[in-house]
Parts: sequence; C-alpha cells; structure tokens
Amino acid sequence: MSNLTKDEAQALIQEVLEVYPEKAKKDRAKHLAVNDTSVENQKCVTSNRKSLPGVMTIRGCAYAGSKGVVWGPIKDMIHISHGPVGCGQYSRAGRRNYYVGTTGVNSFGTMNFTSDFQEKDIVFGGDKKLSRLITEIEQLFPLNRGISVQSECPIGLIGDDIEAVSKASSKEIGKPVIPVRCEGFRGVSQSLGHHIANDAIRDHVFDREGGGNGVEPGKYDVAILGDYNIGGDAWSSRILLEEMGLRVVAQWSGDGTLAEMEQTPKVKLNLLHCYRSMNYISRHMEEKYGIPWVEYNFFGPTKVAESLRKIASYFDDSIKAKAEEVIAKYQPLMQAVIDKYKPRLQGKKVMLYVGGLRPRHVIGAYEDLGMEVVGTGYEFAHKDDYERTNHDVKDATLIYDDVTGFEFEEFVKRVKPDLIGSGVKEKYIFQKMGVPFRQMHSWDYSGPYHGYDGFAIFAKDMDMTLNNPCWKQMTPPWKASAEADQKAVA
Amino acid sequence: MANIIISQALDGGLTFYMPKKDLEEKVVSLEFNESGKWGGELKLSSGQSYYIDPMEQPSLPKTLRARRMD
Ligand code: SF4
Repeated sequence: MSNLTKDEAQALIQEVLEVYPEKAKKDRAKHLAVNDTSVENQKCVTSNRKSLPGVMTIRGCAYAGSKGVVWGPIKDMIHISHGPVGCGQYSRAGRRNYYVGTTGVNSFGTMNFTSDFQEKDIVFGGDKKLSRLITEIEQLFPLNRGISVQSECPIGLIGDDIEAVSKASSKEIGKPVIPVRCEGFRGVSQSLGHHIANDAIRDHVFDREGGGNGVEPGKYDVAILGDYNIGGDAWSSRILLEEMGLRVVAQWSGDGTLAEMEQTPKVKLNLLHCYRSMNYISRHMEEKYGIPWVEYNFFGPTKVAESLRKIASYFDDSIKAKAEEVIAKYQPLMQAVIDKYKPRLQGKKVMLYVGGLRPRHVIGAYEDLGMEVVGTGYEFAHKDDYERTNHDVKDATLIYDDVTGFEFEEFVKRVKPDLIGSGVKEKYIFQKMGVPFRQMHSWDYSGPYHGYDGFAIFAKDMDMTLNNPCWKQMTPPWKASAEADQKAVA
Repeated sequence: MANIIISQALDGGLTFYMPKKDLEEKVVSLEFNESGKWGGELKLSSGQSYYIDPMEQPSLPKTLRARRMD
C-alpha cells in the first residue's frame, strides 16, 4: 500500500475519532497528529495527561517506573515491593535486565522481595512488618549492599511511615535503606515513577556518608545513564566506549551497583541514553557537581557513529582519533550486515508504539535497513520528547500519544504497515490480524540491540519476523480452496 | 512561586525547565542580562512569561524560584 498523504492521514485521524463521545473526542484529538515538516517549530501533541476513563491504554504505574525500571536492575541491592504481593510478582524478571553475579547470593535482580500485605497489615499498618522483614533479609542475604523500599498503592493510602522505618533499620543493619514513595496512584503513568526514583537517588545515594570513595577518579571517566541492559544492551554499548579510550565507571542501572552510583558524581561526562527516565538526575548532577551530560543514540550504525563523534567531542584529540578508529573498524562489518538484509527489507513500512525513548531512537536503525517508519507514538513521553521526535520523523508520519487500543488497531488496519514494533500487550492482537510484530520493550527474548553488535542482531530479527513463511499461511485451507474455486469459475 | 532550572542551551541561548510540570522550554528573552544584574522577566517560546528576582549573574545551570506573570 502506498504511503498516506498528509491529508489522508488527517482524514484517518478524524475518522477514528468519530466513534468517541463529544468530550472524549475533543480530548483525544489533542493527542493525535500528523507530522508536518513544512512548518518550523510545529506544535507538539498534548502529552503526559491522564488517560481517559473507559479506553484501553497501555501505560504502567509509578511503582513500575521506579521498581521496574530505575531501581530494579541495581543488582546488589534488594528492592522490597512493599505492599501486596501481586505488583512485584506479576512483573518479576519481565524486563530481562541482564546482570553478572550469583542470584540469591550477591545479586538479586530476578528475585521478588515483598512484604505481602494482608488485611491486618492494611488495618493496623505495616511498619512493624517492614522492619522485621528488613532484619530477616539481612540474615538470609548478608551480601546485599543495601535495601530500597518501593511503596505500592496501599502504603500511601494507609499512611505508613516508611521513612522512619528505613532510618531505624538502616542504623540497625549498617547499610543504606532507601524509602521510595512511588505508590502506583501517583501521576499519570510510569513516568512520574522515574522522577521519584531519580529524586530518591539524589537524596539518599549521593549524599550518603562514607559512600563513593572506592575508585580513584580519572580524566576519561564516564557514566552510562538510562541503559537498562535489556538483553545485554549496556554491555554492547560499553565495549565501544571503552574501545575509544573512555573508562565507564558506572552503568545506570542495568547491571549496575550501588557503588557505581555513588561513584558517578566524580565522572567527567554523563552519557544519557534514555532521556525520559534519567534526565532528572543528569540535570541535578550538572547543577550540583558541574558534570555535563550528552544524549546519545546507539541504535543502528549511522546513529552510533554520530553519537561516538558527539561523545568524543567532549574529550581531547586522542579520544577523537580513537573514536574514528572504532567507527572505521566496524564500518565493513556493518556494511556486510546491511548488504545482506537491506535487499530483503527495503521499503517495508513500520509502525512503532513504545515507552518513552525508542519511538524516536530506533528510527535510525530502521532507516539503515532501508525501512520507513510511518507512525510512531509514546506511552508516557512528555513535551520535550515529542519536540525531539519531530526532527527524526518524516513528513506525514502519524504521531499518537498514549494511543488507545481502538485507535491503534484502526490505524494499523488503514496504514497497513509491514511490521509493528510495540509491547507484549499489543503483540497478540496484531499477530492475529496477520501483521508481523516485534516486541520492542524487551526485544522479544532477543537482544542486545544497542551498538554495532546489537545492530547485526536487530537486522537479523527484523528479517526473521518480516520474511517468516508463516505470514503466507494466514488464509485457512477451506477459505483458500474457496478462493481457488472462485478463480476457476471466473 | 515554583522551582525552575535555567541552563545553557546548545545553541547558546537559555533553557527553562520546571521539574514539577516537566516543562522544558526555550527562553526567548530575558529582561536583564548583565553580570551585575541578571533576571527579571523571562519570556518562553510557548508564550508564557515568568519573573525571577534580579541577581548577580549565576553560573548555569541553576535552580531558581520563579513567579508566573500571566
Ligand atoms: S497501580 Fe498500585 S496496585 Fe497496581 S501495580 Fe502499581 S503499585 Fe501495584
């Protein structure tokens, strides 16, 4: 199917909005747009607003943003899901943040710790239980480096004082115990959870006495912020930075540790991958410690090369020269990948709907393979993300913020993309509709996708999904024969 | 009154950031911009304007208190 023109895309939005009642229609209209490159400083869609009651959306909660995204991957700390058991258990290990270490001994990433609230805890408060729990954790897992208390909804509702318990427990066990007020009902999406988690790090990690005196600071120290090591993403990024002569002293937070976080205020430059979830702490470090930060993008060779040069520009000539060497070294390898897959993927159209970063970041990787992104949207982005997106997408691209299940389906029916990249909740709907799908949150059990090595895997995965012979088998045999009969008759 | 952060933008101008609302905007004009007197009315690209009490020029980025003017 040929691409929609701007007018057609506008008409499509109008048509989809038709089913809503008047008020809902007015509200949703602000979240949908068609990218128009002809106007400078174009207006962004409205974002970071409460979802409409009654529609199906794909967002998470503040607890998910804090425990699931920012704190969860810090492997040598124990993160207590404080409240009922479900919030932590149903999301356990779902994000595939890889780490090295022995689970249950010195690393705790895939385990679920919860205070398992019962009725009596809700009625009488759970503070005592929490402090007992922390003592028990310390006994059973003595090699933990610290504990964070991630509040679930009921904690805020019943007004437990987790700050006081944390303070007392911290004294008792002699390790940091960090209260995080990330109750799920706060804010409109997981985005506020990122912010709360960032603030907790600012207040409890950086200023802790006796923390962060481990490593002698060097002049090429950098920290990777906002890389959660999904399928090993941070590792395939890290080797490139090390190859160009930088010393990566911290990974936030995929495969990260408490000590690494404490070391971060001494680095020379913060490298920010996921802007949405860690811009807060980057801004704080810039103001308080004078550490500049730079956004980079490690999806696809074009963007990797661009980013390596951008990062190198903050350092001396030796780093700049080495960055060029790294780019030159991988260039033939990447050319081979492109030569192999581009002919099979050229011209295919992709629609994306992911969290807060990838809807714009992966566009370059698709373009390297000759594919085109015809629609994109974020679950929980803010205005600054959409501003950044406008530069990355082509004219007449559909932009949808906090898309509802209905809208997304209708868009797909009309735009007929060759591939959809979104989350696990959307996956099966579209596969049943016969549209190839990749899960772009946790890479569909694959990865890494960052860096040069990641791109090779990315290209292979896209090819594997798009050109899978199963898509030719979508018509059931009885219908196929009916069609053949029809043809014979005609 | 709200906390805001003013920082240097890449293009040489200033950026206004309000953590509470997660509002990032370009600063289009600043009333006083001398080393001895800095601040005053601050116009944003979105059309809003804020007021910060004039002060010695701070080193950026800097968290400041600002008042909405309109
Ligand atoms: S919204 Fe509340 S109850 Fe639901 S997962 Fe989040 S913290 Fe748990």
